[in-house]
Order: sequence, then C-alpha cells, then structure tokens
Amino acid sequence: MKIAIASGKGGTGKTLVSTNLFYSISKQNIKNCFLVDCDAEEPNDMIFFKGKVEKTFDVNQKVPVINESKCTYCGKCHEFCNYNAIFILPSAKIIKVIEDLCHGCGACSVACKFDAISEKEVSLGTISRFYFNKSSTIVEAKMKIGVMSPVPVIKAAVKETGNEGIIILDSPPGTSCPFIQTVATADYVILVTEPTPFGLSDLKQSVDTLKTMNKPCGVIINRSGLGGNEIYDYLNQCNIPILMEIPFDKEIASHYSKGELFVKYKKEWEQHFISMFNSIVEKYGNSSN
Amino acid sequence: MEIAVISGKGGTGKSSISAAFATLSDKVILADCDVDAANLYILFNPTHEEEQIYIGGQKAIIDYSKCYNCGLCVSYCRFDAISFVNSKVTISEVSCDGCKLCSRICPANAISMVNSDKSLMYTGTFRNGKMVYGRLAPGEENSGKLVNMVRDKAKTIAEAENIETIIIDGPPGIGCPVISTITGVEHVVIVTEPSMSGLNDLQRTIEICSKFNLTTWVIINKSDLNPEISNKIQEFCLSHNINFLCRLPFDPEVVKAMINKKTIPEYMPDYEINKLLKNALNIIMNYGR
Repeated sequence: MKIAIASGKGGTGKTLVSTNLFYSISKQNIKNCFLVDCDAEEPNDMIFFKGKVEKTFDVNQKVPVINESKCTYCGKCHEFCNYNAIFILPSAKIIKVIEDLCHGCGACSVACKFDAISEKEVSLGTISRFYFNKSSTIVEAKMKIGVMSPVPVIKAAVKETGNEGIIILDSPPGTSCPFIQTVATADYVILVTEPTPFGLSDLKQSVDTLKTMNKPCGVIINRSGLGGNEIYDYLNQCNIPILMEIPFDKEIASHYSKGELFVKYKKEWEQHFISMFNSIVEKYGNSSN
Repeated sequence: MEIAVISGKGGTGKSSISAAFATLSDKVILADCDVDAANLYILFNPTHEEEQIYIGGQKAIIDYSKCYNCGLCVSYCRFDAISFVNSKVTISEVSCDGCKLCSRICPANAISMVNSDKSLMYTGTFRNGKMVYGRLAPGEENSGKLVNMVRDKAKTIAEAENIETIIIDGPPGIGCPVISTITGVEHVVIVTEPSMSGLNDLQRTIEICSKFNLTTWVIINKSDLNPEISNKIQEFCLSHNINFLCRLPFDPEVVKAMINKKTIPEYMPDYEINKLLKNALNIIMNYGR
C-alpha cells in the first residue's frame, strides 16, 4: 500500500509527518517498509536518519546530437519537436539543440530521414537507497541543480521500491506535475496543512486536484492553535476527516530544526502515528498489497 | 527593477515578506508567480480587470472508433504513458508528457492532441498598485510557462503605467517555475528559516541563483527559533559572498496579521519586524546607486 504525504502550500510539515510516521511504523516489524523522499528539488528526509547507502544510481534522459555533415537542414525535426528544443535557420545552415528544453521524447530522431540524429545521455539526478533496519528502507530522489523537471527522478525513485509493502511517499509541494506524479500511484493521500488563510486556500486546491484523480484523502492540521477556525468549517463541509492535529509547540519546532525526530522525545506521539496508520490501512489497504 | 522573493524550502514566509515589500513601496506591480499556490490575492483582494486563458501543454487522446490496437504507439512512447490495459491500448493522462510523437506515428490517425486550457491569469488593482497572478488548474503542468506569462504581463503594465518596481512572489523548490521566476531579474531575496532543512535547501537555492547574473540576498525568518543554526546560515552566506540582509524574529502576530488579511506593515507598523523589513527593502533599492 502506498500512502502519500502532500500539501499545496510548502512548509506545512510534510517532511515532519513523513519522517516521524515512517520511524514509528518501522519498529512494527512490517515486511518491506519504505520511505521515499519524492521532493527531488529539495530532499530533506535523510537529515533525520542515519542510514547506510545500499546503492546509488543516476537517472538519465536522452538528448539528440545532430551530425551536421549529414543534416540537410530540412527542418523536419524542428517541426516534430513539441517543446521548441530545436532551433534551425536553414538559410544560414544553423541548427542547434537547446538541451534545457528537450524532454527526451525521441520525436526528432523519428522525424529525421537522413540519419543525422543520434542520442546521448544526460543526467537528471540520482536515486539513493539507504538501509534503515532489516525490514525498512529509505529511497531518496535528488534532482540535479539546473534541471527543469524533477518528474523523471521521482518516477525512478518510486519504481525502486518494487511497489510492494508499505510505502510512504513524501511529496513535493504544490499541485502541478511533480505532485501529480507522486500521488498518482498512491492508495491514500494525507494532506498536511496549517490553520491559516494561505494554508486553507492551498488545501482547497489540493483537495480539488485529488477529487479529479479519485484519490481518497484525510488531513493533518499542523501548528494547530496558531490560526483560525475557517479550516475546520471547510473540512466539516466537505466531509474530509481530520486524521491528527499537531499543536504549535516550540519543542517540536526545535527538534525539527535540529534534524531530530520529535516522536523520540515525545513518546506518546509514536502511538498517535501508529493508530492513524492502522486506521488508514484498515480502511484503504485492501485495494492493493 | 524586478525583485524576486523565493525560498527553496516552502513555508518560510516568502509571501508575507513579498506582501510587506509591496506595502512598503509607494507604487508597485506585484506578480504572484507561485502559480501552484497563489495566495497574495487573499491579502490584497484586487479588483478583477482582466482574465486570460493560459494554454499549459497538450495531452494525447485516442479515438477508439479509428484505433485498431496495433500498439505501435506503445513502443514509441518514452514516458511509459501508453500501455495495454485489459488488452486495449490506453493512454495515462498523468504520465503523458504531450510530445505528440504517438499522434504523428499512428498509422490509423487515431490519436489527437488536446490543449490544457483550464488555467487562468488575472490582472487587477490593489491598494498599492497593480497585481498580476496566475491560477494553475488542478494537476496542470508546465507552470514555468505560466510564470513567464505573469512576468511578461507585469512588465507590460509597469511600462504603460510608468511604475519602476516589480515585486515577484516566487514558488518553492529549484525547478522550472523557479528558473522562470529568476531568469533576468536584478535581485533575488531568498527567505530561509533556521532549521537543518532550511540550510540544506538554501544551499541548493543559492547554487541555482549563481547560474544567473543577479544579486542574491538572504533573509533568515523566525531566526530566534534556533539561533545556533541562524549563525551557521549567516556564516555560510559570508563565506560564499552572499549578501546577508537581516534576521527576522518569530512573532505569532505575523500569523494574526494574515488571518486579518493584512500585511505586516499594515497590521503591526511599530513592531521591530516591520522596521527590519523597511530597512532591508531600502538596502536593496539603493544597492549599486
């Protein structure tokens, strides 16, 4: 079963929830327990754990290379490219691949009738797999700085779990492609929010997106007490369950800031996370493994 | 002059700080480029003057009255978006990248491309000037393109109305919408917080900024939550020749300002935090003069 931890607004506590949840359940002797850090632009989960790297590998994308001695400047590749990644000026015999815009779809190679296009691999980022305990593993997706989209790296990280067991996906913020790619494979989504007007506005956007994707979800309100009541009215109206409330607490904030798991210091929270997890698995865990 | 406020890590206070900068300027154009989670309209309640449709990308769809299930498209698709589901060729909307190759090679002409046109860009007037903001439809991709559209519009208005300053509220992360936000701006203000995650994300954000010809500034928000890490961040900036702007204190009143739909200068003009923000904006505006 895959559970994604997501939020429209950044900084609401996705990583706090993912890491503390994973730590709590990893002691439960569940076979194949994974935490996948899908926030490939800014991965932070490994700040909270010490783990031995089991393996690490690059995620590559193919990019065209034009052999100008064979190129006739016919412009067919430019026409086939839906991303404007090939610049061509036939009169001056200039053709250039703009690698930053290329998505590696291969359409230009198909278009070229003169065998002038070959491909090379460029790295988009790395996947690292960490041993946590004998049944638990952490997978980290890390996008290379300067790369446009984290999506291929996220895809590869999720694939690395083998899709079996209990998989916690720490999602990137927002509601666009990196988020979609992460929650697309999830059986359940936990949305983490805060009780502020910004938090509520972004929560609504996330809920609407999940509705179009037919994904069941519940909400964790983080830093509760530090905001208003509008969010409770909204959740009540939409029939979305509140799975947990984490109060604003300088002690929790302090542990987080130092890269520590707060469940280690506030033991009662470990049980809160386990109970929440069990009730989600009971209700939604049968749809897949 | 364009000043972009970004953060790497989400939830550090980017939007509250850009809103404060906007209020502290006499006449300003405010561009909300956090198109996944545009929130500034909540504080400023701008008039609704113009609305433009944004075409994000394309998705492939199959016309099953023409498709004879040959599966050629399955073998060409590099995004694992086309597969046989119950022995029928099926396109996954989530995975489709919009490259159009399947549509081009389909021998039955059964695949066409549809535009994603559910996202909108709005322009309006607010109490300190003009505001442009995008609203990305749920699940939409290519938010970098929408960021470009918002910035272009902001620049056009700035010229027409003879307004000098454009404040850009940017998205979290370091991927395509961030790159679109900072390309060509004069100043980038990175808002961070004193946590190990904040520091980790700051380092990646500074690295992406260093690829562009711009002046980078750093603000530590909620700095007293962990003075030790705040010191580390400040030292990091010093040793990397990054202009350090200021430390802002953690103040629950900032949340109250937001709940009352007011900016920091409006809600708490005599507080220390407002003086620090005023001074910070002055330093940026007078830099190099």
